[in-house]
Amino acid sequence: MRPKTEAELTESIASADRPLWVRGGGTRGIFGDGDVVETGALDGVSLYEPGALTIVAQAGTPVRTITALLDAEGQRLAFEPMDHRGLLGTVGEPTIGGVVAGNVSGPRRIQVGACRDFLLGVRFVNGAGEIVKNGGRVMKNVTGYDLVKLMAGSFGTLGVLSEVSLKVLPKPERSAVVKVHGLSVSDAQKAMSIALTSPFDVSGAAHAPVGVDGQAVTMIRIEGFEASVAYRARQLVALFAEFADVTVDTETSAVWQSVRDVAPFHDRLGDVWRMSCKPSDSPALVAKTGGSDVVLDWGGGLIWALTDAGSDLRAKLGSFDGYATLVRAEPDTFATLGRFQPEARGVGALTSALRQKFDPRGILNTGLMG
Amino acid sequence: MEMPIPNHDIVAKKDTLVLRLSAFLPSDAIIHDEAQTRAYECDGLSAYRCPPLLAVLPRSTEEVSSVLKLCHEMNVPVVPRGAGTSLAGGALPTADCVILGVARMNEVLEVDYDNRFIRVQTGRTNLSVTGAVEERDFFYAPDPSSQLACAIAGNIAMNSGGAHCLKYGVTTNNLMGVKMVLMDGEIVDIGGAHLDAGGLDLLGLVCGSEGQLGVVTEATLRILRKPEGARPVLIGYNSNEVAGQCVSDIIKAGVLPVAIEFMDRPCIRATEAFAKPGYPDCEALLIVEVEGSDEEIAEQLALIKEIAMKHDPVEFREARDADQAARIWLGRKSAFGAMGQINDYMCLDGTIPVSQLPFVLRRISELSKDYGLDVGNVFHAGDGNMHPLILYNANTPGDLEKCEAFGADILRLCVEVGGCLTGEHGVGIEKRDLMGDQYDPADLEAQMAVKDVFDPKWLLNAAKVFPLASSKARRWAAE
Repeated sequence: MRPKTEAELTESIASADRPLWVRGGGTRGIFGDGDVVETGALDGVSLYEPGALTIVAQAGTPVRTITALLDAEGQRLAFEPMDHRGLLGTVGEPTIGGVVAGNVSGPRRIQVGACRDFLLGVRFVNGAGEIVKNGGRVMKNVTGYDLVKLMAGSFGTLGVLSEVSLKVLPKPERSAVVKVHGLSVSDAQKAMSIALTSPFDVSGAAHAPVGVDGQAVTMIRIEGFEASVAYRARQLVALFAEFADVTVDTETSAVWQSVRDVAPFHDRLGDVWRMSCKPSDSPALVAKTGGSDVVLDWGGGLIWALTDAGSDLRAKLGSFDGYATLVRAEPDTFATLGRFQPEARGVGALTSALRQKFDPRGILNTGLMG
Repeated sequence: MEMPIPNHDIVAKKDTLVLRLSAFLPSDAIIHDEAQTRAYECDGLSAYRCPPLLAVLPRSTEEVSSVLKLCHEMNVPVVPRGAGTSLAGGALPTADCVILGVARMNEVLEVDYDNRFIRVQTGRTNLSVTGAVEERDFFYAPDPSSQLACAIAGNIAMNSGGAHCLKYGVTTNNLMGVKMVLMDGEIVDIGGAHLDAGGLDLLGLVCGSEGQLGVVTEATLRILRKPEGARPVLIGYNSNEVAGQCVSDIIKAGVLPVAIEFMDRPCIRATEAFAKPGYPDCEALLIVEVEGSDEEIAEQLALIKEIAMKHDPVEFREARDADQAARIWLGRKSAFGAMGQINDYMCLDGTIPVSQLPFVLRRISELSKDYGLDVGNVFHAGDGNMHPLILYNANTPGDLEKCEAFGADILRLCVEVGGCLTGEHGVGIEKRDLMGDQYDPADLEAQMAVKDVFDPKWLLNAAKVFPLASSKARRWAAE
């Protein structure tokens, strides 16, 4: 099914007598059983007001279309959504609805927030085939419950998004990356913490134990007006006095695209896990993954790990403040281990009950998210 | 404003309830004497008052759990209360309810600078969260104007904002985790010291749910390092349109000030008379604040000045030192007090798309003439969050009703131009009956279905947020 309007989408869901599988561009590697409902034909930007930092688009609108529009006005999606195609080997066109449904955010999440923090409003069709709207197109809105946040990251389990409103931000004039070379994971975590607890408004803090030249590299990004970026780069270099090898680059987009899309794991075999944790726990968690096949982002609060196919990383990690999501694996590994970390009993019960309310027939993305 | 008729069967159970609460709460934590329950009869929306059946002041999550479990068993409605500063009636009691106040739970549980969070009990006041981390130059960003008094519990319930949220976001953008007690006494932990908890975003759902889904007893909050410095400028214009255009141009130019505040002529004159900040007598006044090191501030202010000058301001005033900066903020910070000197006022909180600012201000001034009530506007212009202050006289019969009708017209106007009823104060009872103007029945049904999940008996703060007629069937099922 490929509905062209919200009304057709409503009809597809209301008349469904079998489970449905919701798909945007199909690039995020989330597949399951059910008649596919594809949102790609719900395409178009209905409002863009650069002076109000607001864009409203139908859910199937390609991210590329939105990025191009924003680019022309010197603006951007500040939460820096990842493109999963390289990591997962998928093809197709990522949609803005897919970004929202997965709450997909990149390195700048630590500074400006996640996709959910930029989502101002949604329209969606729930599992009963009813249109529901929540939020709107203004930046501050506490009118009623925040179903906007609930829909972000709900992976199509509560309803199918038909329209999203997002806050956008101006692109900075300049960007720089301060690189510290040759650090261990625990020293890197320390360096990132120094940067993030400084007043210098860091917009990215990542670490690759094996950088492009084979050496470990810790990367700190700053963005803004020219003089300000130069000033803050100097200040950060001074803060890193205890580290021997520190450099500053002004060409930064390739570096952060590589971190955002986890480029070191492209074209390499094995499963990929994504862990969100307390940043200072990252060295111990990395040790438990048993290797240097990791990329750290969010100052250590996000760990990407490449592991042997089929191995249960969650069992190795034990319980920690955070969660581990299996992002890339063979279908039977997904079936055995589950994509998402199992939830604690109380929260799990609330989640199931919410799904039952929004999708009383249990037809939307059945089996995904517990 | 209509409230449900108290259930006399519950009122009749008061003695039993007190007795059973005494089994696990010390006597000073149970307030049941009628003279004392009056202290809880209203919140910041003081036009409406009703003493509760009784109030309890637990000191731990376990005690909160025991209270809720008992009330759940006895079908007694509960109204949670932080510091009672809600402007929307969020903590307004009913005569048959137990007020559950978290004010005695105000401890700092954990401060972690390296991981940039603080964990507190939610009775702690907003400003004292920053107070707990100031020694290392950190702060908690959301800064509602009641921050000296308001509690984190209420901030979470209402998803409070503040003047600086243009850059730092509102409560929901700074909340990492909660410990929450459900109406049946179950304790759940959501989120923590990590970002973006897996699974459905229950944290986002709980924040702003106006105390209807559970009682949050502990919160993990994001803390940030203070910028090196901050400085405001004051820009005066002789037209609201031009001031609105200046705001839009600043935002488009790529400067992201921490705050852009707007005051109109009635407000400027009132604050000048009250606090004498030395403001120019003009139609519209902007206060724009930027942050950073001295050279960063200078760079941003130069750009703002260039933009502002293109629109031919009456005045562009830079703060040369801390004292001048304080004077620029003085009028803005005393605006509410200044309006209160003139008369009683009602403070609205609708948000509009920034582009609609001139039109909405013009319509408000027309409505002001129609109703014969004065109104002053002071608000967060960068994000379109308006705060019209309607003046009325509480002692003049019919004036409050006229003021409420005027307010409702303004809020409907906000919705018509693409905005919403409330940007940071919450719905409470104040905007409850206007919800149908913003949301269709199916939209409200989806929200009420969420409450069904968290509080199936509809005992928690149930007569708020949703129009009474919409929630009636559910609330009746509870009785």
